[in-house]
Amino acid sequence: MSDTSAATLPNGWEMVIGLEVHCELSTATKLFCGCPNQFGNEPNTNVCPVCLGLPGSLPVVNASAVEYAMRLGRALHCDVHRSVFARKNYFYPDMPKDYQVSQYDLPTNVEGWLELPDGSRVGIERAHIEEDTGKSTHVGGGGRIHEAGYSLVDYNRAGVPLVEIVGKPDLRTAEAARQYVSELRAIILAVDVSDAKMEEGSMRVDANVSVRRPGEPFGTRCEIKNLNSLRSLGRAIDYEARRQIDLLEAGERIIQQTRHWDEADGRTHTLRSKEEAEDYRYFAEPDLVPLDPTEADVAAIDASIPPLPADRRRALADAAGVEPAAAAMCVERDLDGLALVAIEAGAAPDRVLTHIDNNLAVDGADRLAPALFARLVGMETGGELTATQAKTVLADMVETGRSPEEIAAERGFEAMDTGALEGIVDELIAEHSDEWASFCDGNQKVAGFFVGAVMKATKGQADGKAVTALLRQKAEA
Amino acid sequence: MSAPISRDEVAHVANLARLQLTDDELDHFTDQLGAVLEHARDVAALDTSDVPPTAHPYELTNVLRPDEVRPTLDRDEVMAQAPASEDGMFRVPPVLGEAP
Ligand SMILES: [Zn+2]
Repeated sequence: MSDTSAATLPNGWEMVIGLEVHCELSTATKLFCGCPNQFGNEPNTNVCPVCLGLPGSLPVVNASAVEYAMRLGRALHCDVHRSVFARKNYFYPDMPKDYQVSQYDLPTNVEGWLELPDGSRVGIERAHIEEDTGKSTHVGGGGRIHEAGYSLVDYNRAGVPLVEIVGKPDLRTAEAARQYVSELRAIILAVDVSDAKMEEGSMRVDANVSVRRPGEPFGTRCEIKNLNSLRSLGRAIDYEARRQIDLLEAGERIIQQTRHWDEADGRTHTLRSKEEAEDYRYFAEPDLVPLDPTEADVAAIDASIPPLPADRRRALADAAGVEPAAAAMCVERDLDGLALVAIEAGAAPDRVLTHIDNNLAVDGADRLAPALFARLVGMETGGELTATQAKTVLADMVETGRSPEEIAAERGFEAMDTGALEGIVDELIAEHSDEWASFCDGNQKVAGFFVGAVMKATKGQADGKAVTALLRQKAEA
Repeated sequence: MSAPISRDEVAHVANLARLQLTDDELDHFTDQLGAVLEHARDVAALDTSDVPPTAHPYELTNVLRPDEVRPTLDRDEVMAQAPASEDGMFRVPPVLGEAP
């Protein structure tokens, strides 16, 4: 795992991060009523007596929401248990009932884990089902929440099914937190239960951050909200850890509180102190009966789960003889299938992975025929094409679907023979004797000048690596 | 045996439920809630180690509905019920802070 953030923490401090991720399930209807689960409609058009909390209305659980939640839970290696819905009571106009239906002491999914690309595991405490809240817009008083003249509420989102994934405080760097969210997102997309878009709010991340000296008990934590991108997540965690360290080193104490990340000024601001009573008086929801999936239900869910990113990384890594982390980009781009077939057809694994990582971040890469891709890699490793030429041919292949042989022939690509290359290099040395002397004195910057000049003279057909080697050889001679 | 619930606890619960109680009412409800909890103490005294916890009086589980869209309410009709509305939204007093 990248350890860059940990390395920047002063005086041996360590950060402890636990993430809570809310994921909106992409069911057709809401969790407890038949209103459409749709983003972007006119305000308050997807509402009914149930999601408006009108007296006498009763909730009925959406079968798909339960299935999706279990599918995500099993993909996170959780145990699925008998679960009970509970009311979380609070007064806030985003829920017209004055409570949110969630799960409390008996959640659907418990005790799982998620594997990061480097092979490390992050614990999942629970993944429970709950309903989303409505959306309030603050009007007047300059738009700042605490100055608002009044608020307008839209209940289209109220009652949309969510799964809240509560991670264990196993993360130690902002980078690891970002990797965790990326991996969770990839799993959510793989099991196809949500579009998981952070910027649109269908995936929302809250970060619990504290600091301590390694080996000491956990410090007091603060919860950071309003993290709308991976970038915000990383920046907010780093900022918050430093804020806490500064306080502690100044002899002050950390107050447990919820803080709001401001992307514009790059700081977290206090929202409310947790020392105020936060007593939600949870109790079992009397209008709903427990969920109690059978072993057969869980087995059917397991059978519906496709290979997950971690499995796919391992499969490709095994085939290519590399570490799983080296296969991460291929899996992320959904090109591990292409890589596996090309490697099986005899293509050199390192060239396959390099091309996918560096040259195939383009539309249409998924339509590339693995057999042709394997042949291109074969031409490159066989010395018929330089790395630069192979890259050009590959781009053409993605564009036109033609064979690498045809493209190479059409472009007049053939390996430069060493004699011709040497002639060009000798000419350049003679023309630029001052630069050459400087290169021979060990000035590496001039190397770029010579390589560039050779490339220009050969119209890009020379192999950059071969040119560099030749220059070194001549300088040492 | 100590009183099942203190006057301060009743005041706290009332505050959580956004109820404003007079001093007399606080005394009154401290007695009443105490009597309810006294009864709970009788139940708590029984050995229930072999009794599974009850989540619901009906012994039903997995009551589910298919994920099919049903008609929604007409917005004008909904807004007509609201004390105040604006642009098709419910207008409410200013909200302090963020949702929990
Ligand atoms: Zn509804």
